[in-house]
Amino acid sequence: MSSDGPAQTDLGFTDPNPTLGPKYGRVKGVAIPIVSVFLAFAVGGILIYFQGVNPLTAYRVLFESALGDSDGYLRVMQKSTPLIFTGLAVVVGLRVGLFNIGAQGQLTVAAIGAAWAGYNFDLPAIIHLPFALGFGMLCGAAWASIAGVLRAYRNVSEVITTIMLNSIAIALVDYLASRPFKEPDQPLSRTPLVSDSAVFATFGSIPSGFVIALIVSLFFGWFLIRTTEGFRFNTVGLNPNAARYAGISVKRTVVLAMAVSGALAGMGGAVETMGVVGRFEPGFNAGLGFDGITIALLARANPIATIPAAILVGILRTGANSLQFETGIEPEVVDVILALTLLFVAAPIVSRYIFRINAKRKSKSGAKS
Amino acid sequence: MRARWAWTLTVIILVGILFSYTQDELRTTSVLSFSLRVAIPLIIAAMVGLVCERSGVINIGIEGQLLMSAFAGFFGAALTGSLILGTLFGIGTGLIMGAVFATGAVAWKMDQIISGTIINIIATGLTSFFYAQGKTLPASTPVVAIPYLKDLPLVGPVLFNNGLFTYAAIIIVIFLQIMLFLTIWGMRTRAVGENPSSADTSGINVQRTRFINVTLAGGLAGVAGAYLSIEAAGTFERGFTAGRGFTALAIMIFGAWNPVGAFAAALFFGLTQGVASQLQADEVIDIPPQFINMLPFVLTIVLLAVVAGRVRPPAAVGKPYEKD
Amino acid sequence: MEDELVLEVAGLTKRFPGVVANEDVSLRVHKGEIVALLGENGAGKSTLVKMIYGLYRPDEGEIKIKGETVRLSGPREAIRRGVGMVHQHFQLVPVFTVAENVILGDEPRRLSFIEKRKAIKKVTALAEKHGMAVDPKALVRDLPVGAQQRVEILKALYRRADILIMDEPTAVLTPQETDELLNTMKGFAANGVAVIFITHKLREVLAIADKIEVLRSGKVVGTTTPAEADQAKLAQMMVGRSVLLSVEKSASSPKEIVLDVVGFSSDSDIGLPAIRNVDLTVRSGEIVGIAGVEGNGQRELVEALTGIRKSTATKFTINDENAIGAGPHEIHGMHVGHVPEDREKDGLVAQYSIANNMVLNRFDEPEFSRRGIRNMDAVNSQATKLVKDFDVRTPSIKTPANSLSGGNKQKVVIARELSANPSLLIASQPTRGVDVGSIEFIHSQIISARDKGAAVLLVSAELDEVLGLSDRILVMYDGQIVAELEGASADRAEIGRLMAGGHSEMAEESSHG
Repeated sequence: MSSDGPAQTDLGFTDPNPTLGPKYGRVKGVAIPIVSVFLAFAVGGILIYFQGVNPLTAYRVLFESALGDSDGYLRVMQKSTPLIFTGLAVVVGLRVGLFNIGAQGQLTVAAIGAAWAGYNFDLPAIIHLPFALGFGMLCGAAWASIAGVLRAYRNVSEVITTIMLNSIAIALVDYLASRPFKEPDQPLSRTPLVSDSAVFATFGSIPSGFVIALIVSLFFGWFLIRTTEGFRFNTVGLNPNAARYAGISVKRTVVLAMAVSGALAGMGGAVETMGVVGRFEPGFNAGLGFDGITIALLARANPIATIPAAILVGILRTGANSLQFETGIEPEVVDVILALTLLFVAAPIVSRYIFRINAKRKSKSGAKS
Repeated sequence: MRARWAWTLTVIILVGILFSYTQDELRTTSVLSFSLRVAIPLIIAAMVGLVCERSGVINIGIEGQLLMSAFAGFFGAALTGSLILGTLFGIGTGLIMGAVFATGAVAWKMDQIISGTIINIIATGLTSFFYAQGKTLPASTPVVAIPYLKDLPLVGPVLFNNGLFTYAAIIIVIFLQIMLFLTIWGMRTRAVGENPSSADTSGINVQRTRFINVTLAGGLAGVAGAYLSIEAAGTFERGFTAGRGFTALAIMIFGAWNPVGAFAAALFFGLTQGVASQLQADEVIDIPPQFINMLPFVLTIVLLAVVAGRVRPPAAVGKPYEKD
Repeated sequence: MEDELVLEVAGLTKRFPGVVANEDVSLRVHKGEIVALLGENGAGKSTLVKMIYGLYRPDEGEIKIKGETVRLSGPREAIRRGVGMVHQHFQLVPVFTVAENVILGDEPRRLSFIEKRKAIKKVTALAEKHGMAVDPKALVRDLPVGAQQRVEILKALYRRADILIMDEPTAVLTPQETDELLNTMKGFAANGVAVIFITHKLREVLAIADKIEVLRSGKVVGTTTPAEADQAKLAQMMVGRSVLLSVEKSASSPKEIVLDVVGFSSDSDIGLPAIRNVDLTVRSGEIVGIAGVEGNGQRELVEALTGIRKSTATKFTINDENAIGAGPHEIHGMHVGHVPEDREKDGLVAQYSIANNMVLNRFDEPEFSRRGIRNMDAVNSQATKLVKDFDVRTPSIKTPANSLSGGNKQKVVIARELSANPSLLIASQPTRGVDVGSIEFIHSQIISARDKGAAVLLVSAELDEVLGLSDRILVMYDGQIVAELEGASADRAEIGRLMAGGHSEMAEESSHG
């Protein structure tokens, strides 16, 4: 699993600069995920049918509960917010050639950090909000940096370390929420509510967290294409040798990218804690990290595409509860549909990969001493 | 070719075990048995990773393979009433998952990390969806005690009084060690993993070798999964493989991609967990339980960091083979 | 040479997407005959022999081995029929032993087990028979290049090859080792083994070939013999027009010292010393060429000078500025241009557009970015200008670099490096894998940079290139500079001796110019 650079996880995207590439290629790029989604729904429909329920009814229930009224819209936006963040976290990692499957742990650590910063202080909102959010991001960044440093300086696969860190994070926050940070006078392992000055309010039926997620997503879309640091990220991800030659410090870029990735996941955890749940309680975020991976792959490592991908997942997850309530279909059917979507999205990558001429990394072996 | 530090560590541990045995026979044996039980699924799972990586394919989908096989094994046994059939279901599922992964990663040359992740996500989705509560195994796995050997001090009760899966695991390790380094299959596999174009020009079919090896490794994952749900836990819960598939990869690395090395690494790993559990149960050390739970994962990371520069993976691992 | 035909190829054609690699090629090889396939890069020589070896399937045409028409399903079958191949880039497994590498794919076996002792005996016997010295138990990665090549050859001979294909066998050898190899090849021929060897080196062809087939653009443009042709005629056949075999340049007038290095040392990837106590200077307006067989520390020297590899030195200055400990970014900031040895790996990002590649190591300069934000207009106009000035053949600056040919890729790299007006240009194997037309262009660009006042350090395994371009020549052997000579008066044979570690017969001058 070690190499002389990041693992070069490959999604089939070529030049990161969106003004390049034939128009046909770009349209085709969007068609694949859309078709995959439909195919996945079709196969999922078959599974539903075998459970004795009319798939069309099931899907109607799913979408109606999510999109039928403004209450549903609100829930979808709330659900999608952390998903956009974890999706972005994985995307940033992928662009540098890293596979950050630790978004779950990073956002968990950030969530409890933000909760602590939220309940432990009483500051004017204009200071408290950024402070708590920033603190959460810092926790997430620090957590991810452990894997980043190990990858950069010891060439340890971030796939393994981030997964391990996920489990460590769960145990750690469990301890924190049941002892030092525990809300007194009640039996559950959870923190006290955050102060009112640290709550991300909902304006009308639009959660402010969602707006923040959109802005951050657009920012990263711009960042990766238009900034010098973004150029460094892309170059290291595509060819770490050429990056080194071009004067880019691969180690520094890897650590920075992982930290940014962790900060993004952390933002998701912090916003969820401060905007939706109001405190840290274990179990609030199950599956967000892994959904982030699915979203990043669906979005083909394009930051802006994480928005529609996350909204799709958000709709499915929001509707899944009603689905169970009204038709008896397990909410896990959503997991199956998402898994199938991913499968169908990934398969066409194959043909792109085969025709892409890979930068040959084999050195001229016979001539070296 | 073994590193001196590994031998030193082994000697220290063995001395420690012997010493502890003289102090408290019962506790030592129970810790060792526990350790072995922890180690067995990791060993087999590490073999899966090892066979794949020696062939040049990174398989991070072992977790998903374990999960699906555990599921198939458990529910197969519960529904058919036969442990053997259940195990076969488990192995069969493992083979199928292996073939699916091989199709993506080898035949279609997809990115191997993404292919493995897809396996994991599919496995999680399917097993969660089809999970049904309240099923039980028809019987528990027969424990086979080997006569004479089981009465040996220390080694007897620990090694020779176990379920069939445990013996199978040990046989698998020895089998693979021999296969990999003494047979033609082994040399060709290693060539494919080190320098596939060299193997190709020697007349070896690189893609076919990889495909078959990865699929068969899936069968091994099936054994490990079936072990987990049938022999070890006697049940199945959603997500109960708990990251073992990834830990197994770390163990493969500690073992320097060597079956016997990975076996030792897994035993060591199991031992640390066993000792930590015992210390906590005896309340020798007062640490919150969450930190005990963390221990195996922290240990994995630390060991990986330490071992990083000293072990060498197969040179061509992770890169799909393209003929120029 | 008997008249028995061991190989006959007729009307062979092979197409790849977008290019016809071989068209209607015919070839006849007799038992014990040495046939040279001559042509420049991309002429179709490799493709042709790969079809004979079964790695590719011909689209049209027929292959007859020892009189029998065959449709080869793969190398396995070709080997079975007596075709052996010695590759240019060795196809060996570094962590296996010599014996293991030789027997791979055709192992002596008992049931499924490898008979290791038998293998070692067989390999030893085979090596002795052909007069090649090898240690069957040695690990290939510990062997020097010449020995590794012997293993490659043994691999082919082990399978009882009657037709031995050798792809650019002398690319990595010193002149003396080359002569040894050519003699060994004559020995094979005398033993009845036919040899087909691919080369672009005219001297070797004239030295040992019985028959010369010249390929250009996938077709056989001529068949001749050493008796009937000379270097000039062969070069013309290869390229189709009169070729400038030597470079035209005016005398140099070197000025102040740009690069000054004393006691320079650096280690290789495995921790052994790669360069030891190297002293060298390069002045503005001169080309200093480093001659040497690859693997004697040249790569590490270049990497150390460009900051990619750690080094120690008593003195290391560029334009009088201390460069000890500087990384690639800083060195680049000292106006150093670097054309890397492996353009695919180090010099370009294949998936990036030509535009992005044109500023690959300049993307954060004030001209192309401001306060962290890139100025894409400046980037694009720079790229457009460079593509025009350096005649890079491409539909647009937005096409990804991997769609360019080797020569055009190299032109992008050179354009980029020269566009920064470096005071020191380090060019490593600048024309490797480049077609003859582009080679001329690149050479003229290097000379023109020199004439404009740049100090040029040229590292090349092609002795002719070093001889043709350099004002001063340093010879590198085993990590040290072993001699310094004036370019004009340099003697080929002398340099060859020095490259192989022999001692200079001329008085040794100090290497401080």
